[in-house]
Amino acid sequence: MTATATPPVKKGGLFGPDEIKVIKDPLWDNNPIAFQILGICSSLAVTTRLDKALVMGIGVTLVTALANLIISTIRNFIPNKIRIIVQLVVVSGVVIVFDQFLKAYMFDLSKQLSVFVGLIITNCIVMGRLEAYAMSNPPWRSFLDGIGNGLGYLWILAVVGTVREILGSGKLLGAQVIPQSLYEAGYVNNGLMVLAPGAFILLGIIVWVQRSISGYSEK
Amino acid sequence: MTAMLAFSDEGLLSVLLKSIFVENILLSFFLGMCSYLAVSKRVDSAIGLGIAVIFVQVLTVPMNWALEEFVLGPGALAWAGVPDSDLSYLLFLTFIASIAAVVQVVEMAVDKFSPKLYAALGIFLPLIAVNCAILGGSLFMVERKYDFAQAVTYGFGSGFGWALAIVSMATIRWRMRTAHVPAPLKGLGITFITTGLVAMAFMTFSGI
Repeated sequence: MTATATPPVKKGGLFGPDEIKVIKDPLWDNNPIAFQILGICSSLAVTTRLDKALVMGIGVTLVTALANLIISTIRNFIPNKIRIIVQLVVVSGVVIVFDQFLKAYMFDLSKQLSVFVGLIITNCIVMGRLEAYAMSNPPWRSFLDGIGNGLGYLWILAVVGTVREILGSGKLLGAQVIPQSLYEAGYVNNGLMVLAPGAFILLGIIVWVQRSISGYSEK
Repeated sequence: MTAMLAFSDEGLLSVLLKSIFVENILLSFFLGMCSYLAVSKRVDSAIGLGIAVIFVQVLTVPMNWALEEFVLGPGALAWAGVPDSDLSYLLFLTFIASIAAVVQVVEMAVDKFSPKLYAALGIFLPLIAVNCAILGGSLFMVERKYDFAQAVTYGFGSGFGWALAIVSMATIRWRMRTAHVPAPLKGLGITFITTGLVAMAFMTFSGI
């Protein structure tokens, strides 16, 4: 490759102020779930327990980052008309690798996540970041953007997962956290939290809190 | 590996009712949330998208059933003389490609034969290719080992359940326009909480 074809090296090296901003923005101000309204599909169903939520969040982070990296590297060779198909193929490839990895090393968890690993393909965060960022930015920054958005998604999943597991089954990561004496005093697990409506209402409340603090509101 | 995959022996009516109400693909599996949140602001576009989803779901679930049964599953290529094949790791890629292809063909067919319908559904069809409800429907069909009749029923039921959920939500949001919702809760927040209440209502169907 000739020297002119390489992108200009930015000031600050690999982790200059711009790069830090790319990672930090989606964590709070520009959060994919609370602000961009992306990626709610296929994610809430895995938050009944914290470990499922964490694995799912890590999976989405890796897939978004790698797909961003690949698409951004070949972005200048993709004909505009078929770009959606190209993106889908790249994303499916990365997801298949992640799925096979889970099946090989975490078989129980992969059974519990069932179809939701496959559904990362149609997760709007992945496609949304590919369209909005990777198609017009250099590879390294796109990779960081993928990591940032994945983490922004991960922490919301982790909060929802923690609350649902503690209130729904009195446990956290499989260990009992609500003391036995409380049950003897008449405390009962909140079954609603394990079911779908609990997740909807909880996410609504999290979005409410996040937006009250960040001061953003829809018209 | 000559043994065929064992099919589930659930009755068709039970598959239908379950997929519409109790295991509603949107309200209990959270699939198709993105387009649901984006399109449920207006009743007429919600109806349009709902019909488009039913249409595509009825086509893709049986088609992916055939792909799984005759090409991808363990031992599925026995008819071609390759009894030990197992291509199930290609499942995601094949399904997403076949869904994109069906959506494209449906779009062209509707455009050619019924321009009126195309004017109503046209803008929604491309959105559907990346709707998780469609891919999710096909993946659930594989996981639950439905036979062909069950797959057709499930395709219709899950599509119809999705349409029902989005139309009821759109009408609720329409009525809510004039309500005084706290500013940070407006839009996304209140929609989630209302969806939770609608989901609770749908859950009461369990047990029939």
